[in-house]
Amino acid sequence: MREQHPIIAERFRDLHPPFAPQAAVVEANRCLNCFDAPCTAACPTHIDVPKFIKKIASGNLNGSARTILDANVLGASCSRVCPVDVLCEGACVMNHHNEQPIEIGRLQRFAMDAFHARGGKLTKKFEGRREGKVACIGAGPASLACAAELAQQGFAVTVFERRPLPGGLNTYGVAEYKLPAWSSLREIELIEELGVEFRFGVEIDAEKLAEIERDFDFVFIGVGLGAGHGLKVPGGDHSGVVDALGFIAAYKTAKITHTAGKVAVIGAGNTAIDAANAALRLGAEEVSIVYRRKRESMSAFEFEYEHAKQEGARFLWQTMPVRVSADGGMLEFLDCTRVDDALRPVAGSEFSLACDLIITAVGQSPLVELLESLKGVALDKGRVVVEPRTGQTTNPKYFAGGDCVNGGREVVDAVADGKRAAIAMVHELEAAYV
Amino acid sequence: MSEGVSDRGPNLAVNFAGIASPNPFWLASAPPTNCGEQVMRAFDAGWGGAVWKTIGEQVTNTASRYSSIDWEGRRMMGFNNIELISDRPLEVNLREITEVKKRYPKNAVIASLMVESKREAWHRIVQQAEDAGSDGLELNFGCPHGMSERGMGSAVGQVPEYAEMITAWVKEKARTPVIVKLTPNISDIRVIARAAKRAGADAVSAINTINSITGIDLDTLTPRPNVDGKSSHGGYCGPAVKPIALNMVQQVAGDAEGALPISGIGGIATWRDAAEFFLLGCGTVQVCTAAMHYGYRIVEDMIEGLEGWMSEKGFASIEDFRGRSLPRVTEWKHLNLNYKIVARIDEAKCIGCDLCYIACWDGAHQCIHRDRISGPVDGPVELHPPPPALEAATRATIAVTPIPKLDAVSRNGSKNVTPIERIPRVDETECVGCNLCSLVCPVEECITMVEVPTGLAPETWEERTRGGVVRG
Repeated sequence: MREQHPIIAERFRDLHPPFAPQAAVVEANRCLNCFDAPCTAACPTHIDVPKFIKKIASGNLNGSARTILDANVLGASCSRVCPVDVLCEGACVMNHHNEQPIEIGRLQRFAMDAFHARGGKLTKKFEGRREGKVACIGAGPASLACAAELAQQGFAVTVFERRPLPGGLNTYGVAEYKLPAWSSLREIELIEELGVEFRFGVEIDAEKLAEIERDFDFVFIGVGLGAGHGLKVPGGDHSGVVDALGFIAAYKTAKITHTAGKVAVIGAGNTAIDAANAALRLGAEEVSIVYRRKRESMSAFEFEYEHAKQEGARFLWQTMPVRVSADGGMLEFLDCTRVDDALRPVAGSEFSLACDLIITAVGQSPLVELLESLKGVALDKGRVVVEPRTGQTTNPKYFAGGDCVNGGREVVDAVADGKRAAIAMVHELEAAYV
Repeated sequence: MSEGVSDRGPNLAVNFAGIASPNPFWLASAPPTNCGEQVMRAFDAGWGGAVWKTIGEQVTNTASRYSSIDWEGRRMMGFNNIELISDRPLEVNLREITEVKKRYPKNAVIASLMVESKREAWHRIVQQAEDAGSDGLELNFGCPHGMSERGMGSAVGQVPEYAEMITAWVKEKARTPVIVKLTPNISDIRVIARAAKRAGADAVSAINTINSITGIDLDTLTPRPNVDGKSSHGGYCGPAVKPIALNMVQQVAGDAEGALPISGIGGIATWRDAAEFFLLGCGTVQVCTAAMHYGYRIVEDMIEGLEGWMSEKGFASIEDFRGRSLPRVTEWKHLNLNYKIVARIDEAKCIGCDLCYIACWDGAHQCIHRDRISGPVDGPVELHPPPPALEAATRATIAVTPIPKLDAVSRNGSKNVTPIERIPRVDETECVGCNLCSLVCPVEECITMVEVPTGLAPETWEERTRGGVVRG
């Protein structure tokens, strides 16, 4: 995974190509350098956007990357995966000025690419080690941000991860044309170099949890969400029905490099679109996105919808699966019905959609079993309840952040959660070990 | 105002100190007028006149010769050269002047001259230039580099006695108008203009280039332009120098002892720039850097743009508006101290960059505030949170990505409306009317300076302190 499979590399080239140096400076100069800039306010990690942009303009690329990393240790992956239209670029004052907003995401990537190319390292905020140990459960963006901040502050951190590689969805779940897995892993190497200990292949059960509780001062829960909801119709358990995140992870790890025939994607969120685009790029002859509501209710961002249309996906609105028909091991049809605004089937509207693969992308369930095993940690609809400024749960030993708290937002939200929790833990550890 | 513009539009033809030219746009003595082939192409493009690259004793030039200042991605906002006078044989230049005048009799060809400070040498070059057919002579007393080390160029132009002496020598011989080119590298440019006038010069041109070191290569530590690892100060020109040139032109034009027809030079790139020089009294303008940057073709818009503006204003000729702004330049002591203006922000145009806010707090008088939500608080600075407090408050907020599924966000929300809390407010009781906010505002006409009647009669500093009691 540290190297892209040639077919994947060929078919999943950068959606937004990097800036050439002179073009970056021109774009950086276009930035007005707003005071108390709205882009900075809109960023969940409050990256000082004008500051890093003006450092690109002045030729201080190292300072630019440090400005980004000061606020967001996963600044490189965020520059590629953030939905900037609804964040920094959406807040850019140029939107009120009849001009294109500053391309903040691409400029951030420019600064971070230069940083990595130069072999830049994360810096410590506290020299030496301090007493105090924290365990992070899960190695996704929330835990990584939490671990990095604690390690930079001089504390010992151990990250426990079920999978063989760190990064969570950054490594396994983001469309390869946005963020290749190797890029995610390169960014995480810098966190490892801070002295963060990673233990992979660790399943968290009651016994493991007891051990962790005993050995660490605080525990950060950054476990994300669990399995996809699946297709709850007759035949929905057929082996030709796969989960979108599993499908994305499979091509990112080059376990599949080709998709044949017709594909139906159930759901119209951002993951559904990533899966549909991937199926098309992997060779599917037709990809239909099946969604039971109208376009206006679609949870995918507008730019993702536009992207999918350009890739060639077709959308079947107000359409609900009723049955999966198969001929033995081979899928034949996804039987569907049209539904009205109240999701009631429209009589006589049933039709059969020929398909060879069905990808479900109708959301993930919370990891209720795991979360319920945390003593004294209150949940609300499967989400961990925390104090927003500190990420502390109802059990003061536990902190939490990321998708398991917010129900599934963006990488940058997870990073902000993880960092806030780390800072809160630093204060508590400083008080505990005077 | 004029008697009106004819159907054929304004007439740009000028007679400058006896030199007729179809329009007031001349190429300055510089690389664009290096040879006859160039000058003829320039005339084809529309230039009214050309001041030939300075002729005299043939020289050898260096490589490289130019360097520039770029600004925020724009090239050559300021330009610098260490090139000397013509490095072509004198007789070739003279022969080409003759040929150009033969083919373009209506265009003005002015020979720029520079020779050693000997009467016979100046007499000889004047004779040669005039015999070749030039319509006028420009004495290069301004070149600030190289030639000045040999006692020529600005070495002459910085000493009024030398300038007067050589101008007088030239006038002994010359049958065509004599223009003295002034150097800005002097504490008072009027001193040389007066010397030129005393010696009988017909006109002056201003300004020549300004002594400069444009910059240093931070890798090699060599200043630019790099000549085999070394550099030398050069002459600075281009858009960056226009304000300096305008001031010096005004100084000369406003000085009774030195006032002569002026050919304006310095950062002129568009008809707007040219119009400003005419409004301060110039009869022609000379252009170099813009032509070096974009070629002769720029003159087309200079002509058309100026004609358009003149038609709008009802000016039939350059003379109709030449010098019109001169009476409006005065000494500070004659400015009205009772004139009060304040900044007004047009909410509908404000994009919320808040550059006016920070400029006023850090660079002016702390009277622009962000308090439209809490309600205006007028009065001294202590009543308002300082900029760092506002920034800290923003950084302390928890922002999240709006997700359609999780948040009730309006899809086509108010992306194009500036939030009220980001639209600053001017405390007019504290505003001193300095202009800074309107200068930093990126939106045209968003911040305007509005007069507030004080009810007081105009009063200048001179009038106020005439009694000698108060020194306000």
